[in-house]
Amino acid sequence: MIDWGQVFSNAAVELISPTTAAYALAALGLAIHFGYTGLLNFGQAGFMALGAYGYAISILTFGFPVWGAVLVGIGASVIFALILGVPTLRLRADYLAIVTIAAAEIVRLLFTTNTFVAVTGSANGLSEYKDGFRALNPLHFEGTAGFGPWQHSADDWWVIIVSWTVVALACLFTWSLMRSPWGRVLKGIREDEDAVRALGKNVYSYKMQSLILGGVFGTLAGMIFIMPRAVIPAHYATSLTFFIYAILLLGGAATILGPVVGSMLFWVLLSFFSGFVARAVEVGWLPISQVQGGQLRFILVGVAIMLIVIFRPQGLLGNKKELAFVK
Amino acid sequence: MSSNATPSSKPVKSVDLHVGDAAPGCKKNDPILIADGVRRTFGGLTAVDVDHVEIPRGAITALIGPNGAGKTTFFNLLTGFDKPDAGSWTFDGTSLAHVPAYRVARMGLIRTFQLTKSLALLSVMDNMKLGATGQTGENMFRALLPVLWRKQDQEIEARAVELLTRFKLDAKRNDYAASLSGGQRKLLEMARALMSEPTLVMLDEPMAGVNPALTQSLLDHILGLKEQGMTVLFVEHDMHMVRHIADWVIVMAEGRVVAEGDPHTVMQNPAVIDAYLGQHHDSDLGSSDADNVEAMKELLDDDK
Amino acid sequence: MAVMLLVALTVALFAGGATPAHADDVDVDKYDYVLAGNVTFNGTPLDGVLITVTGPGTDTEVKTGADGKWRVGVPEKASYTVTLDEDTLPEGVVVTKGGNTMTAEFGLTKTKSVNFFLGEGTRVTVSFFDQLINRVANGLNFGLLLALAAIGLSLIYGTTGLSNFAHSELITFGALMTLVFAVNLALPVWLAILIALVLSAALGWTLDAALWKPLRKRGVGVIQLMIVSIGLALAMRYTYQFFVGGATRQLPGASPAKLQLGPLSLSWIDLTSMAISVVVLLGVAYFLLRTRIGKATRAVSDNPSLASASGIDVDFVIRVVWVIGAALAGLSGILWAYFRPGVSWDMGFQILLLVFAAVVLGGLGTAFGALVGSIIVGLFVELSTLVLPPDMKFVGALVVLIVVLLVRPQGILGRKERIG
Repeated sequence: MIDWGQVFSNAAVELISPTTAAYALAALGLAIHFGYTGLLNFGQAGFMALGAYGYAISILTFGFPVWGAVLVGIGASVIFALILGVPTLRLRADYLAIVTIAAAEIVRLLFTTNTFVAVTGSANGLSEYKDGFRALNPLHFEGTAGFGPWQHSADDWWVIIVSWTVVALACLFTWSLMRSPWGRVLKGIREDEDAVRALGKNVYSYKMQSLILGGVFGTLAGMIFIMPRAVIPAHYATSLTFFIYAILLLGGAATILGPVVGSMLFWVLLSFFSGFVARAVEVGWLPISQVQGGQLRFILVGVAIMLIVIFRPQGLLGNKKELAFVK
Repeated sequence: MSSNATPSSKPVKSVDLHVGDAAPGCKKNDPILIADGVRRTFGGLTAVDVDHVEIPRGAITALIGPNGAGKTTFFNLLTGFDKPDAGSWTFDGTSLAHVPAYRVARMGLIRTFQLTKSLALLSVMDNMKLGATGQTGENMFRALLPVLWRKQDQEIEARAVELLTRFKLDAKRNDYAASLSGGQRKLLEMARALMSEPTLVMLDEPMAGVNPALTQSLLDHILGLKEQGMTVLFVEHDMHMVRHIADWVIVMAEGRVVAEGDPHTVMQNPAVIDAYLGQHHDSDLGSSDADNVEAMKELLDDDK
Repeated sequence: MAVMLLVALTVALFAGGATPAHADDVDVDKYDYVLAGNVTFNGTPLDGVLITVTGPGTDTEVKTGADGKWRVGVPEKASYTVTLDEDTLPEGVVVTKGGNTMTAEFGLTKTKSVNFFLGEGTRVTVSFFDQLINRVANGLNFGLLLALAAIGLSLIYGTTGLSNFAHSELITFGALMTLVFAVNLALPVWLAILIALVLSAALGWTLDAALWKPLRKRGVGVIQLMIVSIGLALAMRYTYQFFVGGATRQLPGASPAKLQLGPLSLSWIDLTSMAISVVVLLGVAYFLLRTRIGKATRAVSDNPSLASASGIDVDFVIRVVWVIGAALAGLSGILWAYFRPGVSWDMGFQILLLVFAAVVLGGLGTAFGALVGSIIVGLFVELSTLVLPPDMKFVGALVVLIVVLLVRPQGILGRKERIG
């Protein structure tokens, strides 16, 4: 019959996995954009791709050290935010959504095309960029160590520790910004940018700062994302942005910890669900194939997005009154 | 309608504001805002076409006119929220053409909107604090160090409390602005505008949608602004309010300034009567316009 | 830093791209995997024929030796594209079967042989002008089918304020239903298409009745609605995949022979597709400009509260818009299935951004703007392949979108809005 222990422990592993951390960080960036400033950035996948490729290309093609590669990624995303922001931040919210989606797709297509295969690896992507990061690992032990279901190698623990430290620092950073007068201006812009403009604030500049800051978070998330896997351009499709939105809405769009809780819940539930379906198919409880079982979870994510937005728009942690939706 | 509200005390009217005849575009003794040849078209329609107009300093000026006269568009142009096809205008001697809205506001020219723009999901106090200019903590990097802005923030808060008390909103300071009534939001918007200590306050239909119980206090507050040395320019549809508190009236129709003068004389101007009555021939008769016709008759009677 | 990266990237590109080796063996010692071939014509080896190999980690040119053989080492056991340059073949010799480009994948061994079928014949050299003409024709065809979807999207946006991200799934739905009825149930194609269109319209009706109307009644904001449509799109798309799988399947009669009309080379399906699009678009124009309900639709687009106040049944208008929009999207999907060609679960999603680009280019909410925007996008996508590699053809259209918004934020036919 179904090995429930295995299903549960696989799900528990996702709780602190680097992937969960990466999604949490990307969602925190979106919280700054969407939840606090009201910017409908649908190009977060593009920022993540720039982080992933910026890091990997710097190391593989140019032999940069880890810190240099991180700076290249951040620099690339700042430039991307500027290129994106200059034409779009004066536009209405829904235009911004479409333009950011388009820009993220342009980024993905440029990384996918065969034209730049020597540098980007085209559709096959990039790998073998992890040595520099692993060399910094202070942990040294053979095999795996840990507690309960969390048994990992020294390299994996190093990735986990670094990624969650980055997430924690980003949360702290965002929290202190959002309780400052700077954060107050952002929230004002979310409510009504003309009113804020009439009060003498340079709305355009604040939106740009918000776009850059959230984008840099996305870029860092992109770097964390490629630590446990390779860089594959197909990962950075529009659905990635949609999943991050699902996480953000699940946790609460205008909250600091919402993205983190949302990401944990999202991945644990998703892993639990796919583990359960896979085994249920195995033992013949469900009359579908394993591949179909995999697709069921995407259907579930779609339905969940709809239900949350309709019935609990403030998310799990959001204040009921502070609905983060721009009118 | 709020037509019967009057300020609680008889206001002191400013006089001797203009030079020469009170004609459209006449010179003022001490103008704070001067507009020249400001024109704005939407498609083929000319919304605003103002040859010359001066706003007197330290007085309450009303900008009136029938629906579609271009009052709000003119407001938007003066405050940088819209760009004219042609024209120049100066505030305190500084040219404002091509100056973005936020810089106009920083120069001390603060406006409110016809449809209130209270920031619904911010608390009343945050709304107020947002009004203050020159805040250290509004820079992203300095925002990270509360040491740098906490003291200033407390001073701002104290000023906000003072203003909120004056506008009788201090009990609501921690509520979301969304929970206020329409009139309270108007008050909040006005109080928030004052946080920046402006020299010229431009109010776009401050009485629209306010319940009669609050209109009187709104009128008092507008008079209060003048007493504190601010210049007020407001758009209004309601003629009664204009008569009671305005020192000077500018009448717009079809985008142009058709008459200027003190409230009593301007109402007798045939151009003004034409502007209001003429409108009825070719458009629906709104109830507010009917009221205005009444108000004008009343004004004419006052002068007999 | 990023600028530096970009510069270096370009340098690396040109350095990597320009390694024409004039030997018959290239990189063979450097890598484990080898692609090899023998270019002969009627038993005679051909000398100096240019072969290009591109794929993961390589972009190499090689010329055949006197024995007609060539070998290229490649770094990975992956799929590579091998192209034979027909200009370097002797006079009167052409590639007869399978075209001059082949995809090579390694099997169990480390060597893979790639051979081209050569034969007698004169190669039809397509001049730049002819290519241009054909691209324009294809672009028009593509633009017109985009327009069918774009007009529906634009009308829905105009009347409800919803940026419907699930529109792509309405496009896919039309093609999928045609596939089901024409292939699985083996009905005649024309009947299958009719049924698919009726079902598409019914889907539009159902979506509005079951989902969007109740949400409008709850007063849900437009941004929320947009995110709901994203969730709906995900759920629908993967439901399609759940039932039909990930493969691409063909509708009956796809890829027929091309007809030569002067310099134009089009199939009768291309011609029919364009004719259908034009007729349907004219029908939509007639509907919007001449019929009562069409005029009401434009009135609602213009100002819903005013329209409602003047006695127009806004909910009915929106319902009609959903039905028409979904049917148009379904038709667009069927034409798209013939244009690509093929039906797959995510085919609508592949062009969703182009449809949005078309709508935004024309001006959100204006039906005729959507038509103009679609034609521009369609032409741009096809014409860009004259200069860009085919896998970047969508990039051009998306860049144009961003550039146009820079110059004219309200779109080509859109109007500016007033503040205050």
